[in-house]
Amino acid sequence: MSERIDVSIEHRHAPPEDGRRHPNTCPKCGSHYRDDELAEHLNVCPQCGHHFPVHARERIQQLFDPDSFVEEAAELRSDDPLAFFDLRPYTERLAEAELSTGLGEAMVIGRAAIEDQPCQLAVMEFGFMGGSMGRVVGEKFARACEGAGERGVPLVSVTTTGGARMQEGILSLMQLPKTVCAVEDLRDAGGTLISVMAHPTTAGVLASFASLGDVLVAEPGALLSFTGPRVVQQTTREKLPDDFGLAESNFRYGHIDAIVPRPELRPMLGRLLRLFADGR
Amino acid sequence: MAGEAEQLRLRSQLSRLRGLPLLRGAKLSAELERLQKQLDRVVSEPSDEEIWRSVELARNPDRPYTLDYVERLLDDWFELHGDQHHGDDAALVAGIGRFRDRTVVLVGNQKGRDVKERTRRNFGMAYPEGYGKAMRAMELADRHGFPLLSLIDIPGAYPGVTAEQHGQGGAIARSQALLARLGVPIVACVIGEGGSGGAIATALADRVLMQENSIYTVISPEGCAAILWRDAGEARKAAAAFKPDAAHCLELGVIDAIVPEPESGAHTDPDHAAQLLGDALAESLELLESQSGEELRRQRRVRFRTIGQIPATR
Repeated sequence: MSERIDVSIEHRHAPPEDGRRHPNTCPKCGSHYRDDELAEHLNVCPQCGHHFPVHARERIQQLFDPDSFVEEAAELRSDDPLAFFDLRPYTERLAEAELSTGLGEAMVIGRAAIEDQPCQLAVMEFGFMGGSMGRVVGEKFARACEGAGERGVPLVSVTTTGGARMQEGILSLMQLPKTVCAVEDLRDAGGTLISVMAHPTTAGVLASFASLGDVLVAEPGALLSFTGPRVVQQTTREKLPDDFGLAESNFRYGHIDAIVPRPELRPMLGRLLRLFADGR
Repeated sequence: MAGEAEQLRLRSQLSRLRGLPLLRGAKLSAELERLQKQLDRVVSEPSDEEIWRSVELARNPDRPYTLDYVERLLDDWFELHGDQHHGDDAALVAGIGRFRDRTVVLVGNQKGRDVKERTRRNFGMAYPEGYGKAMRAMELADRHGFPLLSLIDIPGAYPGVTAEQHGQGGAIARSQALLARLGVPIVACVIGEGGSGGAIATALADRVLMQENSIYTVISPEGCAAILWRDAGEARKAAAAFKPDAAHCLELGVIDAIVPEPESGAHTDPDHAAQLLGDALAESLELLESQSGEELRRQRRVRFRTIGQIPATR
């Protein structure tokens, strides 16, 4: 078979292959923005609609009513149950993540409101060790469920994560059943979980609480796959479809309810909270 | 440092004692404590070589698989097929049978013995259809009040395109959620590889056991090495770092007991291995059978809520 010539315009501004792209340069169309320009557009490329990552704090500002957010369990920190050491000690990675993100862990929880509707929130931070779920993330999510159940308000989770945190070994796998049990308790209490999946929501988090929302929505272009494309490619040597694991593919196969562009996310959550407020 | 023979003796004595249900009474737990202290003195942790030996034994191609145990432990076995949606996943078997005077539902991962069967069973790696079949069996157990036994032996959920298209992540999540709701006793035992999400999909149980030479992992040693060491060849180092062996899982409170195996591993004497596994499953079931569905559900959720408690706030 002859080599196909790639004439697609998307690839004209392809980022350099070495991956050293400036975080404010759009990986899709190559446009470059100042910080304030991006922030003004909720970190969505005004040119092509690419959704840049959003930090947990920014996400909370974007979605929830000003001054409505009261953080909970901010003091929780991970320890190192296995004395895990790969190329560097786990404790060192934790300290570095805290310094670079200003967060104690990869999830922020608390009470808040959207369009005056009270809710509980659990928002993940990808910058903190790839948004991985260890014992503190699991504990925070469980507490968010309990808080939502006790106060009788819906829980809104926003996920962006590579999955379980390997450095906590088998205990990180145990966060899957732990968060699942927390969701089940919330359901028994008549509570609501609205799951918003941002890029990427993969592996252990997709295989636990993120998939258990009463309503599941995703941002455009978000990767939502249990196994990432690279591993699938390496294992099966299959040619992957262009939209492998993406929100659009998940929508087509019936795994999520909606793909919601970021500017529409807050009004949509407001609408859902009003709808669910009528329930038990 | 004492000799390896001494360590082995203490370790096997310890795991045998721990294999007993909830250490009946204080006398036994005092004995256990004594042994544990002795063992701690001899060696603080299983060595890296011992951990890797568990990995190799857990993957031994002659190790008994789910259907080998079904054949030896269950009478009147009737296998259920298909998820009643897409198809029948041969990597996960489910069925009904008589286990020591009671009807039980059993689900288990199934690997193949020869090349042809291995391919047919996809090396034990389930598709979402497999979890669908398991969920059917779980619901059946719940409807009829049959206890559920779950045998875990999966390298990991299958990393393939169709598996993702059929909703692998959601299937694993919903299978766990269903287990969290069941009102019947659930006993799970890792009999080989307890690989990641594929394993936990059927392991949210009231009592979780591990055979002596099985492993329970968040990611395969090779996968972990590829990500953290950027070299899949460093699997030994990865295994040593994340400690997937039964002794460590017990120490971390992830499992309730270790099920002893014949001296040189389950593959050397499958009949004896089945006997020991059967005893452990029966003892676990007896502990649970007097409890109401509501109690079981509550305690099961508390069990997973409190595993690996984080340290007190600093």
